[in-house]
Amino acid sequence: MKDKNLPHGGDSERKTPEDIFNFAVLDTIHVPGIYSYNDQKTIVGLQAGALTTGHMYDLDRLLERDRLREKDGFPRKIRLGKLVKPSRDGGDKSIIIPSASEEKLYHWKSEEQFTEGPSTGGSGDEAEGDVIGEQPIREGESGGQGPGQGEGGEHGMGTDAFEIGRVLTEQFELPNIKDKGKKVSLTRFTYELSDMNRGHGQILDKKQTLRRVVKTNMVLGNIVPEQEIDMSKLIITPADRVYRTLSKEKERESQAMVFFVRDYSGSMQGKPTEAVVTQHVYIHSWLVFQYQRRVISRFIVHDTEAHEVPDFYTYYIKQVAGGTDIASGYALVNKIIKEENLARDFNIYVFHGTDGDDFDSNGYKTLDELKIMLPSINRIGITIAENSWTTHGNSVVSGYLKKSALVQKHTELIHYDAFKADEADDKRLIQSIKTLIS
Amino acid sequence: MQLIDQHTKRIMEGCKERARDAGLVFDAETLEYYVTNVDMLELSPKNMIPTLYDYWLQDIQVLHGKGEYEIYPSNPYETVINTRPVISFYNDNNPDWLNVMIFYHVLGHIDFFQNNKFFEKTWDYDFKEKALTEKRMIAKLRTQKGRKVDYVIEFAKGIDNLVGYFQDLNSTTDVPIGSLLPDKIDFYFNHFLQNIRLAGQRELLQEIDIYNHLEDTADKSKHDLLLKKVLIRNPEFEELYKVYSEKKKVPYRDLMQFVMEESNFLNTDENKWMNGVIDIIRDTSLYFSPMIRTKIMNEGWASYWHEKLFMNDERIKGHEVGFSRINANVTAISRVGLNPYAIGWRLFTYIEEMAEKGAYSYEFQKLTDTEQRKLYNQQTGTGKDFIFAVRKNFLDSTFISQFLDQSFMDKHNLFVVGQRINPQRHTREYYVKSRKLKDYKEMISDSLYHPPHIEFQTKPDGSLYLNHIFENKELYREYIPNTLVGLEYLWGHPVYLETTELDLEEMKKRQSKMDSATTAIPQTIEPVFHRVIYSVKERKVTKQKAA
Repeated sequence: MKDKNLPHGGDSERKTPEDIFNFAVLDTIHVPGIYSYNDQKTIVGLQAGALTTGHMYDLDRLLERDRLREKDGFPRKIRLGKLVKPSRDGGDKSIIIPSASEEKLYHWKSEEQFTEGPSTGGSGDEAEGDVIGEQPIREGESGGQGPGQGEGGEHGMGTDAFEIGRVLTEQFELPNIKDKGKKVSLTRFTYELSDMNRGHGQILDKKQTLRRVVKTNMVLGNIVPEQEIDMSKLIITPADRVYRTLSKEKERESQAMVFFVRDYSGSMQGKPTEAVVTQHVYIHSWLVFQYQRRVISRFIVHDTEAHEVPDFYTYYIKQVAGGTDIASGYALVNKIIKEENLARDFNIYVFHGTDGDDFDSNGYKTLDELKIMLPSINRIGITIAENSWTTHGNSVVSGYLKKSALVQKHTELIHYDAFKADEADDKRLIQSIKTLIS
Repeated sequence: MQLIDQHTKRIMEGCKERARDAGLVFDAETLEYYVTNVDMLELSPKNMIPTLYDYWLQDIQVLHGKGEYEIYPSNPYETVINTRPVISFYNDNNPDWLNVMIFYHVLGHIDFFQNNKFFEKTWDYDFKEKALTEKRMIAKLRTQKGRKVDYVIEFAKGIDNLVGYFQDLNSTTDVPIGSLLPDKIDFYFNHFLQNIRLAGQRELLQEIDIYNHLEDTADKSKHDLLLKKVLIRNPEFEELYKVYSEKKKVPYRDLMQFVMEESNFLNTDENKWMNGVIDIIRDTSLYFSPMIRTKIMNEGWASYWHEKLFMNDERIKGHEVGFSRINANVTAISRVGLNPYAIGWRLFTYIEEMAEKGAYSYEFQKLTDTEQRKLYNQQTGTGKDFIFAVRKNFLDSTFISQFLDQSFMDKHNLFVVGQRINPQRHTREYYVKSRKLKDYKEMISDSLYHPPHIEFQTKPDGSLYLNHIFENKELYREYIPNTLVGLEYLWGHPVYLETTELDLEEMKKRQSKMDSATTAIPQTIEPVFHRVIYSVKERKVTKQKAA
């Protein structure tokens, strides 16, 4: 028998918010060890629940404190690090976690990243070598790589992308995207005769009224099926009259449409993916803030073929595969824009993340697609998270972007930034966002 | 936070009586409080000590990423704190019978705190009161010095796991340290022969034999006679002994003490106050040190007693089923994972059984036949005394290495669980890696708290040179730079750290080589380490390979 519920700490009855958070929401692979047990949790039934911790701190005060650190010449302590927990149901389940580490000299079994995970204790009748349980790996977590890495075990207060964006915008002083002159979206109302009302109203709905009349008279016995109907006998009561009334229908119009395009080809494995995904999390969050939730995000991943994925979660965890054809991603964006006629109603932003590799080494196809795209969009921001083997600034994509007359002509629309994925810490990513949207 | 009501207090007092009758030893006075989950928010970052100093980072959860908590457990907190009187915390909506169980568990902890030798240093004072004074002092300093205080706290905390806990403990313990021999003789056998002469085992035994056959004469002791012989063969002996004893005279200082006493920066008039803050951090760390080193024992001991005493408490008859449910939750041995309650409790029970049979005797150890071992029973009647002695004199590492044996493992079906990725099924598999005692012990000792061993010295240019003695685990790299920056701040001069790290480039090379070689049998990559030196100068951290 495979134990599907591995691992368990033996405390199923008294599930605390933290447990649920640990095991269900974050679906972290977490095997409880000696020091993860304590009396409060196991016996007393007390818990400084992670989910309630949100009340503890005043984020702004902490961040202000952290800013002072920088002024004093010390690195920032608080990280608003890897903070999204995308959920499959579409909602922005971003989690803002001001986290800090107590940095000390600690032991660490570094070779475990190359070998097996850590060993722990267990009990049962199985023989050596027997598998006693398994846990599905999230897509993207293969051998400890991919964007999922490092997310596990973090708890914090659940808030939404709006909150992260606020912090990013205010604390990191991200410049705001200029309004491109399109109509600012409003909460718009349309009036439609959609509501039904019996007895009184604006317009009599004849069909519905007749139905009710027939019904009433059948009950009264004035209409007998298969016999001729004597119209003079029919009774019409006021309650049978069905009117349509004018009603106010709310319609929200989105102002911004953002395409996140991510290269998920084989070469993106590891750091580049992590950098791109993290950066896109930030941008996504920030845009949600900037446009007060009136932003619609679309997600596209591509290798040699491009696919639209339904939500950020899928986008975030999608496993790497295949070769690279950047043009395919741009082509899909163009197709969507054209088919849905998006250019008329939306500010369109495209953010593309790649490691700078492209089969199309001269970029002809890619630049062609860019050319088609440019009239409809407000900005395309291209992130080139270079692999360790690429010399800085010399990737294929950097190469053809630099040479392209198109890019030089439309400096207002095309921004790109290249950095070494290995060196991309939060600070570098934020700086990169600034470049992309400045 | 409020005191428990009179009704509940009466129950607690009843528990105390019964616990005392059973042999537990603890102070008469205890304080019990009800706390809510909201109180817990404030208490848990302070390790349940309500009077601990404030520090801004306590407002943030100190987060530990995946598995990191296992790498460096911070101070464990209990529902009981080791103060005078002992304070314990409860949930105000637990039923009486559950409180009885918890009380017994708490009493187990109190007995452990107040009798285990490793807590000796915490016996003479009330940490809660001391902490309160320190909290006020820090608050006052903060009004004068501003956020500098918090930097000092932070940087001192950066090295507070390197306190010399055992050395500190040595200074008070009544257990004789080292050898019973005169110093010179001890030096000869334990240092000179083994480390300087590099004598083999045969020679060593010969020398011991000679010593054992010497007899005191009228005017000379056997020690003198031996030394005379030694001097004839080793004229340099006296000189070496002199150097050795000079060195020995310098009392041991841990890194924190060393920094406090030797740092030019800290010992200026302007910065003298910082030493006070560092001292507080050091004391706090020392205070929590025994707790984290006795997690398995402490929980095992408390679980042992809550079970035993609860079942014999006539006041709560009829709640056995409820008790069993909770108790099973607490002490069920994990299918996967290390539950300290489960292991500790079972091991204490096992030790008692074995001692009762007289298994901790030479006679038993000589038996090689399993059947005979099974049948062996001397009915010594000393099982209880034995476990009381264990709770007095052991800590987790010795507890495990001394008493966890193959028959204990067999009895409870224990094994080492490994995890590996199954690429076909796209799952992480947990599998039985080993059922061998040696591996199991190694796995536990690997997961026990063990801060790095770091030696240090001042260089002629005033810089501080740290030398990490490699014990097959490297230091967590991400934290090294900031820790060193903090230390540099306190030291006032550049700081170096020599340590051993996994050669990542080489490892990647080997991995790709292995990936390309398609062998059916999965192979492990032998880790390759190299020595590196971190240096920090004016807050800039660089790393280079050691020569």
